[in-house]
Amino acid sequence: MKKTVIEFKDFSFQYHAQADPTLHHIDLTIYEGEKVLIIGPSGSGKSTLSHCINGMVPFYYKGEMTGSLKVLGKETKEMSIFELADKVGTVLQDPDGQFIGLTVAEDIAFKLENDCVSQLEMKKRVEEASKLVGIKSHLNKTPQYLSGGQKQRATLAGVLVNDVEIVLFDEPLASLDPATGSRAIELIDALKEETQKTVIIIEHRLEEVLHRNVDRIILVSEGRIIADTTPAQLLSSSLLMENGIREPLYLTALKYAGCHIEENSQPQQMNTLLMNQCKAQMRKWVGEIQLEEKQISKETILAFEDVSFGYDKKDKILKNLSFKVQKGEMLSIVGQNGAGKSTLSKLICGFYKPDSGRILFQGKDMLGDTIKERAMKIGMVMQNPNQMISKPMIFDEVAFGLRIRGVNEEEVTKRVHETLEVCGLYPFRKWPISALSYGQKKRVTIASILVLRPEVMILDEPTAGQDFKHYTEMMEFLRKLNEQGMTIIMITHDMHLMLEYTDRAIVLANGEKIADATGAEVLTSPEIIEVAQLRETSLYRLAVEMELPNPKSFVQRFIQFDRRERAKCSKLS
Amino acid sequence: MQQTFLGYIEEDSLIHRLTGATKLICLVLCTLTVMLSYDTRILAGMFIFSFIVFKLSKIRFQEIAFVFYFIVVFLVLNNIAIFLFSPLQGVEIYGSRTELFRLTNRYVVTKEQLFYHLNVSLKYFAVIPIAILFMVATNPSEFAASLNKIGISYKVAYAVAIALRYIPDIQRDYHNIAFAQQARGVDLSKKEKLARRMKNISSILMPLIFTSLERIETISCAMELRAFGEKKKRTWYSERAFQKQDYIAIVITAVFFLVSLWVTYQNGSRFYNPF
Repeated sequence: MKKTVIEFKDFSFQYHAQADPTLHHIDLTIYEGEKVLIIGPSGSGKSTLSHCINGMVPFYYKGEMTGSLKVLGKETKEMSIFELADKVGTVLQDPDGQFIGLTVAEDIAFKLENDCVSQLEMKKRVEEASKLVGIKSHLNKTPQYLSGGQKQRATLAGVLVNDVEIVLFDEPLASLDPATGSRAIELIDALKEETQKTVIIIEHRLEEVLHRNVDRIILVSEGRIIADTTPAQLLSSSLLMENGIREPLYLTALKYAGCHIEENSQPQQMNTLLMNQCKAQMRKWVGEIQLEEKQISKETILAFEDVSFGYDKKDKILKNLSFKVQKGEMLSIVGQNGAGKSTLSKLICGFYKPDSGRILFQGKDMLGDTIKERAMKIGMVMQNPNQMISKPMIFDEVAFGLRIRGVNEEEVTKRVHETLEVCGLYPFRKWPISALSYGQKKRVTIASILVLRPEVMILDEPTAGQDFKHYTEMMEFLRKLNEQGMTIIMITHDMHLMLEYTDRAIVLANGEKIADATGAEVLTSPEIIEVAQLRETSLYRLAVEMELPNPKSFVQRFIQFDRRERAKCSKLS
Repeated sequence: MQQTFLGYIEEDSLIHRLTGATKLICLVLCTLTVMLSYDTRILAGMFIFSFIVFKLSKIRFQEIAFVFYFIVVFLVLNNIAIFLFSPLQGVEIYGSRTELFRLTNRYVVTKEQLFYHLNVSLKYFAVIPIAILFMVATNPSEFAASLNKIGISYKVAYAVAIALRYIPDIQRDYHNIAFAQQARGVDLSKKEKLARRMKNISSILMPLIFTSLERIETISCAMELRAFGEKKKRTWYSERAFQKQDYIAIVITAVFFLVSLWVTYQNGSRFYNPF
């Protein structure tokens, strides 16, 4: 019998600020050396569950606890957050915000400093921990200048430097590009193999986490544990879709084709899946899907002609970039962090001027246009809504852009109401913004741009930090706008988004355009995937395994079929 | 990469190798020396000294040029104000009057006044390099460790370090927010009237406050999860023990200080009078 490390017994929790409990009667046991994935849609209580384990609840976020929660045999309410921190190490999401030290080494040492460990001992332990996660050569660097993957390694070292027994990863994939994300999952796996520590991962991206095996998945929804079982069993059930978790795409495809997925067909990873008997069925299903051809107008609305730009002369961020955007298109710009994606949007909005080359809007060079003039034609929506919202009330926020242009109040009211209607925010028009959820805030920022009636809209990571349900809602909403004629450009590293919602993707790597193709083409081309740090879609692998004649066309067909299915569901709900 | 305003600049130099505490003590001693004395010889000596120290630090002038010019503007304003309010201050101090030329009856340019202005300016130039160096050549965490060492609570010391550490982040937020607001048509350029511009700038303030609060929330969570504040004391990874060079540096500045006191005492005045 293995040693119990975490034990919830009839445990409930209610935040002081909330009317209803967030967790209801949780019974959950985690054993030593296990690797457990806690999964659930946003607002399901999975973060609260993890906060209970590391002591943020109830010591930082106060609330009412009933029942029992023991960590290593001791009731947490009788401990302190510091005592728990010795046992449970947490790797928070958003590594950027949590760096405390000025150098990587110092940040790793932070816990030891607070524990009054002597300097000599500290240096030794920092070195060991950094070696374990492979960040040793960067010890003297400033954490902010590391790449996304290195940042995560640094935070992980900061947790491992202290000999914790449980390591908790809070949404480790949230800010990583696809290739770095799968390396992070490999790192977690290697760490577990090497140290035999108990590992708990909180995520909602199931397919990515299952890149490496986990022992158990706990599905949380509405504050209750819905399933506590092996990956194989959970994947062969229908619980995931019912609870708003996206299952691996290859399984969705198999299910659509009518194949029955069983526990012993090992569905947890594409390469272990035994589905030979499905081939005929699959081929038949694919053949029956109607491909819709979207009519793209011939009119070019925005064009880059040989544009180069750098913040200083030697170091070019964008190199001889040329591409065209057709009117009414839905386009994505993808590439790893630092590939030049956000610089591109800043050039379009006129924040910087290109060093050479031209940016044309409807055939006219925009060089002479001010930021304000461009804002009338091209709207820009930032990733973090809090960086845009400047008024406390929803109506005022949306009206802001019109008011500073001196539009009369009657017209303002009319247009704001219209826009709120389009964005599904009309019922909230008199609400303060602080009462809205993250996704709703995001909509307010979109509304505040939309009200200006731009012809092109650029969105930076429109679905970052949102679960499957909100992702679908947001993207269906943008698609509707697109159907009404709005040209939409999305800057993203979300491969699903690119694949499912954009007609075309422009792939950047090191400031150069390396591909201009459909999402399906990009994600089935090994060379592009390699250079741009993307990840091949499992659908492609599936098509190859199933010996389908044209894998690219299969991906395309699946995506269209799946999108139509999901659009139906989101309309029903 | 964007250069941050008065942020720490990493170099390997003699000055960087001194501990934060040494630098703090030396800064205080030098400032006192320069503040107390108007003796041209001492000020000139200090000026040369701080110039040498600046050279030793390997910090390039361009990196601090903005701050330097900013202070120079103040220096000029200060000089103008002195002349406007007391054009004969020098005459009063040095007890003689050598007129060079007259502007009006009240405003007479005298050798003594010019000499006095020279001294005031020298004071600035003697202290500017050292003060700027302290800002840009002291690692904030090491500085926090030093503050803690001289008896200040580590929580206060860390608050200082973390404020310095967050300057670049807040600057980045500011740029992003300004970008977002301008992209929706808020004009922050000189084309807009001043009153309007001030109002427009306020539209950046609210999001900046909110994103900063968000940052504070995240960082305080992260710190608490890593046991900050648990014990009464803490150790410092970047703390450095005093070495020979630290003692030498302190002795040198202390000697300057004492010499200036002695000279003042010998002179019976804070001023050196060549007239």
